[in-house]
Amino acid sequence: MNVPLLDVENLSVTFGGQTAAVRNISFSVNREETHCLVGESGCGKSATALAIMNLLASNGRRSARRLTLDGQDLLGMNERAIARIRGDRMAMIFQEPMTSLNPAYTIGSQMIEVLRRHKGASRRAAVDRAIELMGRVGITAPEMRIAQFPHQLSGGLRQRVMIAMALMCEPQLLIADEPTTALDVTVQAQILRLLAKLKKDFGLAILLITHDLGIVARVADRVSVMYAGELVESAPTQELFDSPQHPYTRGLLSCVPVPQKLRRGEPLGNIPGTVPQIAPGYAGCAFRSRCTFANESCAADIPRRLATPRHDFLCTRLPEVMMGASVA
Amino acid sequence: MIRFILRRLALGLLVALTVVVLSFLLTRLSGDLAISIAGPSATQSDIEIVRKAYGLDRPLYVQFANWVGRAAVGDLGDSFFFKDKVSNLIARRMPITMTLGIVGLILALLISIPLGVLAAVREGTWLDRVVTLITMIGQAVPSFWLGLTMMIVFGLQLGWLPISGTGSWQHFVMPSIVLAFTAVPALTRLTRSGMIEAMASDYVRTARAKGLERASIIYKHALRNAAIPVVSVAAVQLGFMLGGSVVIETVFALHGVGFLAWESIGKNDFPVVQAVVLVLASIYITLTIAADILNAVLDPRLRSA
Amino acid sequence: MSDTATTATLPAVSGSRVGNIGFAIGVAICCLIALAALIGNALIPHDPFTQNLNNRLIPPFWMEGGNPDHILGTDQIGRDYLARLVYGARISLLIGTLTVVTSGLIGTTLGVLGGFFGGKVDDVVLFTITCRLSIPVVLVALAVVGLLGSSLTLVVATLGLLLWDRFAVVARSTTMQIRNLDYISAALCAGISTPQLLLKEIIPNIAPHLAVVATLEIALAILLEAALSFLGLGVPPPLPSWGLMIAEGKDYMFFSPWVIFIPGVALVALVLGINLVGDGLRDVLGTRRR
Repeated sequence: MNVPLLDVENLSVTFGGQTAAVRNISFSVNREETHCLVGESGCGKSATALAIMNLLASNGRRSARRLTLDGQDLLGMNERAIARIRGDRMAMIFQEPMTSLNPAYTIGSQMIEVLRRHKGASRRAAVDRAIELMGRVGITAPEMRIAQFPHQLSGGLRQRVMIAMALMCEPQLLIADEPTTALDVTVQAQILRLLAKLKKDFGLAILLITHDLGIVARVADRVSVMYAGELVESAPTQELFDSPQHPYTRGLLSCVPVPQKLRRGEPLGNIPGTVPQIAPGYAGCAFRSRCTFANESCAADIPRRLATPRHDFLCTRLPEVMMGASVA
Repeated sequence: MIRFILRRLALGLLVALTVVVLSFLLTRLSGDLAISIAGPSATQSDIEIVRKAYGLDRPLYVQFANWVGRAAVGDLGDSFFFKDKVSNLIARRMPITMTLGIVGLILALLISIPLGVLAAVREGTWLDRVVTLITMIGQAVPSFWLGLTMMIVFGLQLGWLPISGTGSWQHFVMPSIVLAFTAVPALTRLTRSGMIEAMASDYVRTARAKGLERASIIYKHALRNAAIPVVSVAAVQLGFMLGGSVVIETVFALHGVGFLAWESIGKNDFPVVQAVVLVLASIYITLTIAADILNAVLDPRLRSA
Repeated sequence: MSDTATTATLPAVSGSRVGNIGFAIGVAICCLIALAALIGNALIPHDPFTQNLNNRLIPPFWMEGGNPDHILGTDQIGRDYLARLVYGARISLLIGTLTVVTSGLIGTTLGVLGGFFGGKVDDVVLFTITCRLSIPVVLVALAVVGLLGSSLTLVVATLGLLLWDRFAVVARSTTMQIRNLDYISAALCAGISTPQLLLKEIIPNIAPHLAVVATLEIALAILLEAALSFLGLGVPPPLPSWGLMIAEGKDYMFFSPWVIFIPGVALVALVLGINLVGDGLRDVLGTRRR
């Protein structure tokens, strides 16, 4: 029926042979779906994005059983072949708009080079498209801006330029790695609204990486929660918020203070401990050292379980405890 | 921008003046100038005549003021031994030194930049280590020795190039190569480290994410930024090359400004020495100002400041 | 079962291993040459200054016409080459270290004062550094020696008074970095006097960086002295400075190229060794500048 646009199966990423940043994760992104990858810093979400695009640092190694874009295998491709897809059919925007643009060239030249490279467009056509896109992403006076240098633009404007640049070739998939983290809160909201609108206009699928549950609630169709390199829970957004199955997800949700529900004097929720660095060959649940429900069974490999057909998670304890509690 | 240049010029003038004071004092170091000019067989009255003729009987600051006053209008005095105005002497020899310096610098850049890019792009591989080794050895080789060795190999044994004099363009080949050699290690290292930094930058990551060709990423994006400090350092290197030209010009018997200075030192011809120091210092100062301007031109971030 | 396709990216940087080898080689070379400088002349049966016009320009023993009695042959007035070479090592090392001690003191003082006090003091220090950089060093050194006559002391003094700029720059920048750190403020609050602060807190912390500069400057001083001696305005003959040996051999180099080849190789080896040590130190410090 529906071939997912991006299909990731058993993806693993290690750095320097010592740090297993991503361990055997599987997920997929459907056409025109916004899929959020959420987790704390260091959980491996950025590494996942870079691995998909094959942009890992020189000491990073990826492996997967499957990695396809619209049915096309990405794993066996050499760098040349992947470069032709990057920017054309899948694009990526990054966290730091301040440094992600080349300071020596105008934003116009940086935008048109993508189109000319992938579609062989003429300079005139590329400029027209760049101006059009800049307008679409909400940049005023694009004809003037196109000749400006990155340092002449604010952070929010630069991120809009990045988004416009990513859309030059009308990609099918947009990977956004914490696109609003470095921006002011008000600008954040604008950018998110912009992304939602563009998704509709362009029929984009978006893989949005974030640590902010608020963003997830606002834009995500589907959420995958990562912890210490593992995908601990994955579900449609509303289901995740309504019935989280993994202790970590529960912990995360309880950390978010809800104005109406919080009472004065009540301590803010938190998860004690810190995210561990995992070496390759680690067995069992990575969260067990911080989990209130853990027992010896958590040191063995945890099977993937389903709560509903579209909601899976990696825990053997919490559902049992919840069932046991209801029985008792 | 204009204000910036003016300020640098004013500072440069002050530096030049200080250098002149120092070199003036330097030439008066050895004691009585009149005695050295007059020569070993001079009598006391001879020495007095010389002293009066060269104005050496006036107080030091008066001598200095006179010298500066005349230098400001281009009169750098008369040489004791060449029977010619110093400014003429320098002007005649300057083209040789300048040619040597500029050709040497261009050669150095033509070698260093590709080498540095290669080492950076292949960072950590044997190629990178070879380049590092070459730059290390290059920094350890004395230029005069290299010159002599090249003379033996290319001049004598292979007979390809003339070994001294300034007859034709071939005469400039070996000296330029040796001069370039003095700048290559530093420029290569600078290019390499700049490129490594650029290749690891966020904007190069963006360029890769856009799927640009490898050549475009290396040359259009990374090198364009990495080259900025290299170019301005190169301008300053030219200043150092000109200052150190005395060694190479002497080895290859090229009658440039450096050689002139060396001859003059040997003959205690102070006006010439003083003037050459001033000229070389001024060139260096000008080059550093030019380097700053070049920096501002190449880096858009500095332009609007 | 699972077909893993791994990404081929650039091989991991093995720089640290190479760096260690380089450092080790550098130390080995320097120790070897230092040892030769110290005891070499005692071991070699010939005196570096004894002339013997019957034995002029004997090539090294492995070449045709060589004489095992003079391992590296003799120079143009019959002096044993190896003895002179080894003595020359002494001269190079002596001049290198004495110069660096002098220039190090001058440069560090200027740099620390400028970096610590800032303001007008710093302006003066920066101006002084700029002036020094504008001076053509080789020329001025030649002029001084030409005027006052060559001697070991004079060469050391001249180079020491001219080569302090990098010390000053590094001392200044590192002092400025440290000056704002908390433990300096803490020490000041505890009532420490300024001279004590400079000596006890600042200098020990900038010393490692200055050590790196010192190695570079020793190498530079050695090369400069060689150039000065080569031009006849450095170490006076009959002292066998390597630069002087090259100069003396220049007239014979077309027939006996080893006369200039050997001291040149010695210079390259020594300077290379020192630079390798300096690079190793710099890696240890983690400051990869330049």
